[in-house]
Amino acid sequence: MGGSMFVAPDINYTALLPMIIVFVGGLVGVTVEGFASRRTRYAVQVPLSVATLVLALLALVLLGRDNTGITAAGTVAVDGVALALQGLVLVLSILGLLVMSERFGGEQPDAFTQSGVSTPGSAEETLAAKVGATTTEIYPLMLMSVGGMMLFVAANDLILLFVALEVLSLPLYVLCGLARRRRLLSQEASLKYFLLGSFSSAFFLFGAVLLYGYAGSMRFSDIAAAISSNVGMDGLLVPGVLLVTVGLLFKVGAVPFHAWTPDVYQGAPTPVTGFMAACTKVAAFGAMLRVLYVAVEGARLEWQPVIAVVAALSMVVGALLAIVQTDVKRILAYSSIAHAGFILTGVVALDVAGVSSTMFYLATYGFMTIPAFAIVALVRSAGTEATLVDQWAGLGRRSPWIAASFTFLLMAFAGLPLTSGFTGKFAVFSAAVSQGWAWLAVVGVLASAVTAYIYFVLVVQMWLGDPADASGTAVVRPSWMTSFAILVGVAITLALGVMPSPVLDLAQSTAAFLR
Amino acid sequence: MSVHDLSHGLATVSLATAEHAGGTSAVHATQAGGVASAGWLLVALPLLGAAVLLLGGRTTDRWGPALATGLSWASFGVGVAIIAQLTGLAPEERSLTVPLWDWVSVGDLSLSAGLLLDPLSLAFVMLITFVGSLIHVYSLGYMADDPDKRRFFAYLNLFVAAMLILVLADSYLLLFVGWEGVGLASYLLIGFWNYNPDYAAAANKAFVVNRVGDVGLITAMAIMLATFGALDFATVHGNAGGAGDLTLTLIGLALLLGACGKSAQFPLQSWLGDAMAGPTPVSALIHAATMVTAGVYLIARSQAIYDLTPDARLVVAVVGAITLLYGAFVGCAKDDIKKALAASTMSQIGYMMLAVGLGPVGYLYAIFHLVTHGFFKANMFLGAGSVMHAMGNRVDMRRFGALRADIKITWLTFMAGWLAIIGVPFTAGWYSKDFIIETAFAEPGWRGWVFGGVALLGAGITAFYMSRLFFMTFFGKARWHEDAHPHESPLLMTVPMMVLALGSLVLGAVLYPTGIITGWLEPVFGHAEHGEPLIPVLAIQILAFVLLLAGAGLAWVMYVRSDVPRTAPHGSALTRAARRDFYQDDVNEALFTSPTMTLARTSVEADSVLVEGTVTGGTTGGLNGLSRVLRRTQNGFVRSYALTMLLGVVAILGAVWVMQ
Repeated sequence: MGGSMFVAPDINYTALLPMIIVFVGGLVGVTVEGFASRRTRYAVQVPLSVATLVLALLALVLLGRDNTGITAAGTVAVDGVALALQGLVLVLSILGLLVMSERFGGEQPDAFTQSGVSTPGSAEETLAAKVGATTTEIYPLMLMSVGGMMLFVAANDLILLFVALEVLSLPLYVLCGLARRRRLLSQEASLKYFLLGSFSSAFFLFGAVLLYGYAGSMRFSDIAAAISSNVGMDGLLVPGVLLVTVGLLFKVGAVPFHAWTPDVYQGAPTPVTGFMAACTKVAAFGAMLRVLYVAVEGARLEWQPVIAVVAALSMVVGALLAIVQTDVKRILAYSSIAHAGFILTGVVALDVAGVSSTMFYLATYGFMTIPAFAIVALVRSAGTEATLVDQWAGLGRRSPWIAASFTFLLMAFAGLPLTSGFTGKFAVFSAAVSQGWAWLAVVGVLASAVTAYIYFVLVVQMWLGDPADASGTAVVRPSWMTSFAILVGVAITLALGVMPSPVLDLAQSTAAFLR
Repeated sequence: MSVHDLSHGLATVSLATAEHAGGTSAVHATQAGGVASAGWLLVALPLLGAAVLLLGGRTTDRWGPALATGLSWASFGVGVAIIAQLTGLAPEERSLTVPLWDWVSVGDLSLSAGLLLDPLSLAFVMLITFVGSLIHVYSLGYMADDPDKRRFFAYLNLFVAAMLILVLADSYLLLFVGWEGVGLASYLLIGFWNYNPDYAAAANKAFVVNRVGDVGLITAMAIMLATFGALDFATVHGNAGGAGDLTLTLIGLALLLGACGKSAQFPLQSWLGDAMAGPTPVSALIHAATMVTAGVYLIARSQAIYDLTPDARLVVAVVGAITLLYGAFVGCAKDDIKKALAASTMSQIGYMMLAVGLGPVGYLYAIFHLVTHGFFKANMFLGAGSVMHAMGNRVDMRRFGALRADIKITWLTFMAGWLAIIGVPFTAGWYSKDFIIETAFAEPGWRGWVFGGVALLGAGITAFYMSRLFFMTFFGKARWHEDAHPHESPLLMTVPMMVLALGSLVLGAVLYPTGIITGWLEPVFGHAEHGEPLIPVLAIQILAFVLLLAGAGLAWVMYVRSDVPRTAPHGSALTRAARRDFYQDDVNEALFTSPTMTLARTSVEADSVLVEGTVTGGTTGGLNGLSRVLRRTQNGFVRSYALTMLLGVVAILGAVWVMQ
């Protein structure tokens, strides 16, 4: 690498094109906010954002395979894993974006406040509602976040990884605070997420600094080389690895760094929760795979047991706390903690199957999570989302299609066969077992048996509950956007359960990192 | 065992069954042609019905139930056609596969989904679709006035489809799909009348206990996958001989755990009695004829494994023997007609479990008894439903009595079931049960005496408690509530009962002496005869008959000759214990019922609404404290969240530091 003289790094812009498209789309979105009139913003932003994401996806699919390589002075690795996960993030964000844009025939995206800056309940807020203000800033914010996620899974350098982490996180903190109803809860969630996120970033940064002290470089390849040449100074290496890992474990909501998850999932606007749950997990696990497998694989004896214990804790705590929840969003939040544990089971495996099964699981989880939260946003009582389990009583009789879709998604969460949830668990557990982590798989099977209970309670409530107990609850008729997202999610969840082979093959063929 | 390539040009043609330890026949499974190639219709028809009824909404209210019934009969028709095709083949060729699709094929792992049409699965298909369709017809009458009839029929169809997947699967994986499917459908059916909170609690209990069983099945599959690299019957059973003894025993025990959950066998029997909260046709279908026998099916299907692991097989027999007696004792004490029948089901399935635990000879008789039991028990459950229909939905037998004059058809059909279950010679039950007793006595050494003795004793107790049930309901003095006006049920209900009653009487004589059942199942289980029993067969038959007379006679003296009190007397300690199912709930509370649920319940200050009544027990222990601590960490304060994180970091660094 470069000596004392500064050499302009060689950058393969074609390889970075998908990310560039998304960031440019986000910047254009910001410009639109400045120039377009209030009334036209929504009509401009939605197609603009969708087009940006679709274009990026096309660029990725058409150009990605021929432009793999490590570029930008070794800081970005565009390899199979990065491309697969970037593609997954893009597809999931398109679905998430459609759900976010749902207006239910009203004037603006229904889940979001008219004016994020106004104090809840203040005169400003009323005024904003009166003049028809909209929060179309969510579109550029989301695009920025998606760009950050794409960079996150490709970052091959600790500094760039940190930058990407912040780029993806900051817009999310804001998005979480923009709920239209229960605004205080939403703002509280946003602040909590921000504070705890900063806290975890500090750990991450500290870990990065220790690793720099150890290897003399932030590049993953240099760190790996330093470990293999056994330079000593384990006192810097081990805490460095673990602290960096902590920062990533926070993002995926693994125990004991999970505490924010239920509060934020509950408080954030439901479509944002769906987007965040699906896409952040993909991005954070992608980054975790690269750090652990590429940079510090040589120190595996140090981190593997830690990840295994965190995985077991996440599965057990997530499952135990899920079964006592009475709020659908919190159930899904704890279930996401348990799922983080299941995915970590794949990460622990530390071989090709570990990578491919983790990626496959991320896909299955993403495609069941976005429609699940989309459905939660549809079930309403007196104008707000009816998130209490009791309020879902008898939903199956009123809206059989919605209830049937949700039942199917719950079966997928529970991991019943013929759903993607089964194949995903099957993949990660068998990857773990093949590498001698059978006890983790046993914990996983037991934990999924436990979580199944709360999903079952929901199913029973929907199909057997007395609709009279939830007389105020109604399912709002969604537009084509939400319907499309739900349909695609359910169809993919079914397809990955019935015929997972093509996607499993894809995951396997892309599972090699460039080092 | 080798894999043969047949001239059909098929890529792989594998063995449907492995050679037994005794070295009998091996059947080659070939890809199905003719009607059998449309075997998927068996499952698809009722599944279609469920989908139409559930998603069609109110528009299907009028014709939905009839459609569901028709589709169930259509499925039966397909089954008959396939059997006709199979009988045209040589016995050793009666095993056809219907490949559906490649499920997972990645690397060297390949799991495909397909159906296996062989004599064993088709025997179940006949039982499920025939008895199931009769129960559909009966439900048309029984549920006539229920506003939610359509949903009920949708769930019935769903259940039939799932049960057919279970028995037709050609791999443990697909079997597991059906296994979960019948679970789901049965919870929906048990909890169908959910306006009574007890019902919802019963559905919950069934779910929790069954999850324990499911973990057993999943564990078994995991071990199989690790050992054989496959989950289809052909590969697993074909290679079973190459696996270690310990592995096979573990697989056998794990499968048994799964079977115990589904078939309500000791120690996972607790849910069956409570599940009687569901509508009566459900009990007839699920808790008599079909779902509860899935465990027996699982073990019979896995014979290749059990043949190689005598230890696990012995445990199967012991579990069967315990449940057999347990159910019989509980049956003696129950005053609720449906719960008494449920206890009897438990006991009869105990007979089947005992039989499959006795090895190759036992399999045949277990399946034979399973079929006859499906008829006579479904018959009696439907009869009980008819009695309840007549008595304003009451179930307390102490308030029945002398009903034979008012509901003559129900009385006569029920009598057929009663004669069969107590084993009156030449009825269906006599054939199948006597063989099990003889086979048990043919076991060598202490086992013969213990298992034979238990089976024989069980027969005597069965005669007592079933006669008690029969006499208390139809004989003696009328002890009715003031407002009871017994009336016979409509023909829609009584005709299915008559058909089943006929089956209860003659099915044994039709199937056994003619050699139909033995000939039909021989390709699967091989030809085997039990050895010489410890005491002569004739002596066993006479003993059984004497015990039958004694049991029934005692019941006659106690419940016809003397008055039956309208409220249950205090009773002996044994009676009280049996009435409470030998404190199984209390035992579960302390030991079994998943500690997680206990934890859930005790931990909830805020969540009492949901968890209330979902758990069978609420106990103690460190888990309680643990969950309190866990909940306390979730208090909403950022500072304590941050502290949790910090502690997590410190713990991780500390642990790694200590390890180094």
